[in-house]
Amino acid sequence: MLRKRWRIRAFRKRREMKSVVNRTETIKPNDILVFCTARNERIRLPYFLRYYRNMGVNHFVFVENDSDDGTREYLAEQEDVSLWTSKAGYKRARFGVDWLNWLMRRYAHGHWCLTVDPDEFLVFPFCDTRGLRALTDWLDASSIKSFGAMLLDMYPKGPMSSQPYSAGQDPFEIASWFDAGNYMIEKNTKFGNLWIQGGPRARMFFPDNPARAPALNKIPLVKWQRSYTYVSSTHNLLPRGLNLVYDEWGGEKASGCLLHAKFLDTFAPKAAEELERRQHYAASHEYRAYAEKLDSDPDLWCKWSEKYINWRQLEILGLMSKGNWA
Amino acid sequence: MSVGFAMLVHTSLDRAAEVARHWAVNKCPVVIHVDKKVDRRAYKSFTAQLGDLPNVKFCKRFSCEWGTWSLVAASQTASEVLLAEFPEVRHVYLASGSCLPLRPIDELKEYLAARPMTNFIESVTTEDVPWTVGGLDIERFIFRFPFSWKRHRRAFDGYVRFQRRMNFKRKVPEGLVPHLGSQWWCLTRQTLTAILEDPDRQKYDRYFSKVWIPDESYFQTLTRLYSTNIESRSLTLSKFDFQGKPHIFYDDHMQLLRRSDCFVARKIWPHAEKLYNGFLSDDGSIFTGAEPNPGKIDRVFSKAVERRTKGRPGLYMQSRFPNENWENGLTSSQYSIFEGFTELFEDFEEWLGRVTQTRVHGHLYGPERAEYSGRQKVFAGAMVDSADLRDYNPRAFLTNLIWNTRGERQCFMFGPADNQDISWDVAKDPNAQISVISGAWAVPLFYSNANFSDIRREAARLQRIETQHIEVLRSVWTKARVRVWTLADFIENPMEPLQTIIDEIGARQANRLTEAPRMVSLDGFGQFLQNLKNQGMQPYLMGDFPVDNSDRQSRHKPRKPYLVK
Repeated sequence: MLRKRWRIRAFRKRREMKSVVNRTETIKPNDILVFCTARNERIRLPYFLRYYRNMGVNHFVFVENDSDDGTREYLAEQEDVSLWTSKAGYKRARFGVDWLNWLMRRYAHGHWCLTVDPDEFLVFPFCDTRGLRALTDWLDASSIKSFGAMLLDMYPKGPMSSQPYSAGQDPFEIASWFDAGNYMIEKNTKFGNLWIQGGPRARMFFPDNPARAPALNKIPLVKWQRSYTYVSSTHNLLPRGLNLVYDEWGGEKASGCLLHAKFLDTFAPKAAEELERRQHYAASHEYRAYAEKLDSDPDLWCKWSEKYINWRQLEILGLMSKGNWA
Repeated sequence: MSVGFAMLVHTSLDRAAEVARHWAVNKCPVVIHVDKKVDRRAYKSFTAQLGDLPNVKFCKRFSCEWGTWSLVAASQTASEVLLAEFPEVRHVYLASGSCLPLRPIDELKEYLAARPMTNFIESVTTEDVPWTVGGLDIERFIFRFPFSWKRHRRAFDGYVRFQRRMNFKRKVPEGLVPHLGSQWWCLTRQTLTAILEDPDRQKYDRYFSKVWIPDESYFQTLTRLYSTNIESRSLTLSKFDFQGKPHIFYDDHMQLLRRSDCFVARKIWPHAEKLYNGFLSDDGSIFTGAEPNPGKIDRVFSKAVERRTKGRPGLYMQSRFPNENWENGLTSSQYSIFEGFTELFEDFEEWLGRVTQTRVHGHLYGPERAEYSGRQKVFAGAMVDSADLRDYNPRAFLTNLIWNTRGERQCFMFGPADNQDISWDVAKDPNAQISVISGAWAVPLFYSNANFSDIRREAARLQRIETQHIEVLRSVWTKARVRVWTLADFIENPMEPLQTIIDEIGARQANRLTEAPRMVSLDGFGQFLQNLKNQGMQPYLMGDFPVDNSDRQSRHKPRKPYLVK
């Protein structure tokens, strides 16, 4: 009955949002949709939209939260974007999940939906030669309803502030490094999903308190049904069967990665601001840990960092898998 | 003398029309069966699209559902029309709407003209079929299947179970030997008409209409009645995954498909623009004219199936997290654990690295930090030496380390002062080689400058921990290669056990060890143990140490490395 609770919550929170531009009537039956919340992300949006348009996304649904940098205006002019806005607290809406759950319930039924943040970029097997449509067609043919993609924190070599990011630029020209093999996995018995921690954030910001390290497991791509609901960000959802994106009998299911372009020069000011607002998860523990270290402008890079090449590299390293897609 | 196509179309009508047109303009008649589920408007525009071609016909439509008789009925009808309307057709090729010709039609025509009486149909008896998924092979023929597998899975499975329990058996019509095979065949007019005009056809049809997936058995079985000239293989390249679902071909399979030399492939992804443009063009120069050889691309797809079912041993990741005992290898490669060796030998780590050419770490599970080789702060895969981070998930630490260093053997030290959480994991891991000198932890205590009461307490603690650890290593569940010596036994003749361990690691130089590690002096160690005993503690893991070490008295610390010839 947990699911009912989240759904009622989403229903209550719907009034916090105001529609700015609603182009959802242009959504065609087989369209692939992106759902996203954004706050002061103007600089990231041009590349974000281009990346997912090229991948084959047909329509974007944004919830913009109290921005003052032109995010709202920029999104409103995009032909394939439907935009809602909210001044209410991000935290009170369970970090945007309530808002998105409501919008997805209304507009996503029967569609393949990708729920990502503006700094998350999906990589999946064969994404250099096949579009997202090939993946969703294959998932449909295989009767698979959800697709897992672990969050892979990307970072630059050298202090974050040393290479400024400009709008429209591929963020992975700067943040092109990642941790290849320091991830820890446990099973969440309540929801049946895996709980993955590790990566540069665990080793730099939480070496003494690993339990607090942020979760990296994500299930961003789902063939949405009205009755579904995300629980905690896109880490897990209900009904529980959708969380079973991993094989328990030794085999590998197909999976992707969400390249996380969080650690750019935009990060330090953002972290300071977020700490001020106290609108993040678990009493903003994460951001407090960042702020402590960020004063010294840290370098996440180490000599064992791996430089990103392509999805095949991630598959060889065992961070994602082709499963039986060939 | 020609080949005609019977084509079964369900979805992506545009692509089907493209392929049908390709065949038709190359002077191959095509009869198309369109699924009745396709709505009337789409059907109309589809027929209009092909209306200009006199050698394309459409036949009576059935509503098709996978695994049912409707697919056989559709192929029968389409073949009948094809044979009746186009008397020059000699071979009938059954294809689907998602098939794509890979070689010029003329090559197919030549190939078939050279084999005018051959039926190309995969047809194997049920005993010899390895690829049926879900365990239904002979049962397909002797059970009844009134429930839809797609829509009423539970009822389907339940009824199969019920029939198994009841030992239910339908009678197979006399004279038929059940055969199975790919549903995409190419039969001669002679054989096909014999099947379709058989006086007993009604009887056979009635029987097969209740068989499960009859399109994989109807023609495959009946062909055996009328022809002996059977090539038991399909001319259509079609690969199946572990659930019996066809693999789909995409643009990036272009080279693979070319190299297969097959005539037709399925299933093609409808949006595979490059494949359709490339293979439907009339440019035949790229082809070698070789015999079809689907084996060339088998490897890719059988690897995919293996990855999905077995996975990569020792890998734990977001889409592979095996339940206990289903790991197919707890770790990805072999490694060695040494317990008590650094305590007994002064330079053991350097020595081991030198003679085995492996990566030698210190106490990876040490209480202060993970002692990576060379005491690096960060190691392969960006693993850090924080003890907190390691102890948060000790097993992941081990499996990550071994996975990250694939191709290089890892050795590390272990002891009772370390985090013991991995005891069971390494004991159950066949990749682990564990060598223990029990009681060697007492040597550093012997040399320590602490108060004797503290030493006594510490000795009791370490002994308790190591005893438990050795119990684990000696349990019936242990799969690691475990060797345990007492300290007393080991120092009697240290070279022999060392040689055994090194040989097993398979170091590059297979010859005898010429250089030994430097052993610390144990003068007075027997007395030290006696003192512990006198204080009421019983040190037993070291084995029998005489109090009076007179035979070892002559040795001095540090001892010189000695040579063994």
